[in-house]
Amino acid sequence: MKAYIQGTGCVSAQDSSIFPETIREYEGDRLPVADPDYKQWIDIKQIRRMGRVIKMGVAASHISLQDAGVKMPDAIIMGTAYGCLADTGVFLNKLVTQQEDMLTPTAFIQSTHNTVGGQIALLLGCHAYNNTFVHGAFSLENALQDSLLFLEEDTSRKVLAGAVEEITDYSHTILSRFGLYKNGVAAGEGASFFVLGAEKDEQSQAELTAVEMLYKPASKEETGSHIEKFLNRNGLQPSDIDLLITGRNGGDDSYYEAIEADLFATQPVAKFKHLCGEFPTAAAFALWMVTGILKKQQVPPAIMVKGNAPSKVKRILIWNHQNTTHHSLILVSAC
Amino acid sequence: MADLKAQIIQQLNLQEVKPEEIGNDQPLFKEGLGLDSIDALELIVLLQQHHGIRIANPEDGPNIFYSVRTMAEYITAEKSKTA
Amino acid sequence: MSKGVWIAGGGVICGIGENLGACLDAFEKMQPGMATMEHLHSVHAQTFPVVEVKADNETLAERAGMPAHWSRTALLSMIAAKEAIQSSGIGELKQYRTGLVSANTVGGMDKTEHFMEAFLADPKKGRLKEVVHHECGSVTELVADALGIRHHVSTISTACSSAANALMYGARMIRSGMLDVVIAGGTDALTRFTLNGFNTLMILDQQKCRPFDDTRTGLNLGEGAGYVVLVSDAVAEKVKPWCKLSGFANANDAYHQTASSPEGIGNYKAMQGALSMAALEPADIDYINLHGTGTQNNDSSEGLAIERLFAPAFPPLSSTKSFTGHTLGASGGIEAVFAAFALKEGIIYPNAQFTTQMKELPFKPVTTFSRGNVLTHVMSNSFGFGGNCSSLVFSK
Repeated sequence: MKAYIQGTGCVSAQDSSIFPETIREYEGDRLPVADPDYKQWIDIKQIRRMGRVIKMGVAASHISLQDAGVKMPDAIIMGTAYGCLADTGVFLNKLVTQQEDMLTPTAFIQSTHNTVGGQIALLLGCHAYNNTFVHGAFSLENALQDSLLFLEEDTSRKVLAGAVEEITDYSHTILSRFGLYKNGVAAGEGASFFVLGAEKDEQSQAELTAVEMLYKPASKEETGSHIEKFLNRNGLQPSDIDLLITGRNGGDDSYYEAIEADLFATQPVAKFKHLCGEFPTAAAFALWMVTGILKKQQVPPAIMVKGNAPSKVKRILIWNHQNTTHHSLILVSAC
Repeated sequence: MADLKAQIIQQLNLQEVKPEEIGNDQPLFKEGLGLDSIDALELIVLLQQHHGIRIANPEDGPNIFYSVRTMAEYITAEKSKTA
Repeated sequence: MSKGVWIAGGGVICGIGENLGACLDAFEKMQPGMATMEHLHSVHAQTFPVVEVKADNETLAERAGMPAHWSRTALLSMIAAKEAIQSSGIGELKQYRTGLVSANTVGGMDKTEHFMEAFLADPKKGRLKEVVHHECGSVTELVADALGIRHHVSTISTACSSAANALMYGARMIRSGMLDVVIAGGTDALTRFTLNGFNTLMILDQQKCRPFDDTRTGLNLGEGAGYVVLVSDAVAEKVKPWCKLSGFANANDAYHQTASSPEGIGNYKAMQGALSMAALEPADIDYINLHGTGTQNNDSSEGLAIERLFAPAFPPLSSTKSFTGHTLGASGGIEAVFAAFALKEGIIYPNAQFTTQMKELPFKPVTTFSRGNVLTHVMSNSFGFGGNCSSLVFSK
């Protein structure tokens, strides 16, 4: 079960170029999205009620559909860990400070987790399958897996899949109190969307070969052996991976290092969170970046951690984990 | 009515709309200013917040919120009732 | 459908009963669960009746085998999931590749809204323990961990249709051979967040809700959890499954953020898609468990979509929300259990509080409880905000 990536769109802290002239770095522990002028994608009448996360999602989905040359997808499948935090915060704030009186509907309506998926459908007039996964660092991965299963049922379909996340002052303050942004880890946000099809054609930019999640492995050994088995099931050995892209975030990266040393000792290793920040659906940014790398057969030097950027890339493994408990494996191949 | 227009613009986040651009008798909904049912609910809260008027039945909305003038007249009438 | 997906069992906790048996009693005795809230603290307590689970968090925690300070949403989820597993007779989960796909709409919001009181006064205040399970997915993991489920854990949130989509995703994973067993459904506890949210939309009824009644003025919120145990053909052979999940579809109304299109485009497409997957004609459906919230908009759209699809012959239909209230993210799960059990036992549930047929519809809901019906195919509808519409079809 695999799919072809027919188009991509991304709104991130960087310009929407995979090979930006200058990499935008942020002081402190926040790496917010460089908000583009959303009015280029969204009508002024429709934009007035939208929170930032909705605008990001609508913009990124729009770019990906355009890139794929698809006007109407056969499904919209999303992932978001936190959903529409800003509107949730606004409604909670008024609920508490106004003691449940004189509340307005807009923030509540926009607070539901399926708002972004619903808005994309509404703006497209798309009556197709529409789903939203809200499972922390597995949100994107489940959206991709649901997409693959949906394509399996009818290979003529085109699925719009993606993930969104936003930072708000409340969430940043609270997550900082949990100690998430220590030792140079920066909070990130963004939206990335992909148009997936089951059949390869001239539009195909990369092959989404396989997606897998590993929940709460008992040990590093289990994780390592799981990664190896995952590759084996796809007919590969760790040495077949031309580039390993890990979710290093500048904090404690020893878990990645230990397994790399064991399984990928001679493989070049890269990272991506210095470009987009740390957030539960950050792997979506990595998938967007990887699609560009495979299409252009060019690896931006700024992402390399170990070894040299390969000049030819056939297979890339994205391995991201959150707190060592949620591991995401996304295998992408050149077309 | 100018104050009321400013309140409407603020409550509904009508970007790039200036108070003087809203005609006193211009329909607020649909083909007029393009407002919808969520805006109607927002306007109900506006009346409560700024004018102390509670509308219990949302079905009264369309008549009251037809235009800025009908809203202003409703506010005046309600205030004179309580005065 | 190449491979079958079976319902091996189900469990429910909601405002009319602490398990499926108790809920059936309430249906049979015509006892809807609306009452003044006792466990949720809201300024609207005297204004809006709700359908609360009649137990405090300590009692629920004991039944769930979980700490009482965890979100009520997790406690309800665990209780219903345990009942579902027990009822299925599949034995130890360890012997299967098992997944938990759970739905909820606001995660641990019941705790978060308490946290915010202290936090808003001083951002250094508020106990972090109260927001650690704020995320929807975190609530699911508490239950997965307690049940020892590790092969697959995921959470879906598509407003009021969430849990129906959880069944679909679970079914797809079984059909593709990834998993043998999936506990699928949803959970939501009452919160001030949702109560006030629905109040801003002015769609809460101050009386008992009257789904599919001409005099309806809104919904009552409820709480609870409901899960089915989905199993593969191989596992189904070892147990006595209730029925098959023969069809499902999800469509988007793409009309408005909260309101349904007048003619119920999404509703129609979801029902039609589910029938088509099950390779059935509308006339094959023997009972419909309606979404039937009791709002002007939903019931009219859903009703007109049913008329368009089923006319001229309408199967018996009813909204069990007239008993349980609208349990949001849980409703699709609770109603899937009701629908699958109805099929197994030949039960048709009554629609309570019904007096006046809707003018625009040529049919009215069933108002009495009955057993001994011959049911072969049953449909369950779940529609929601964001235009998300889902229908499930269960077959013998």
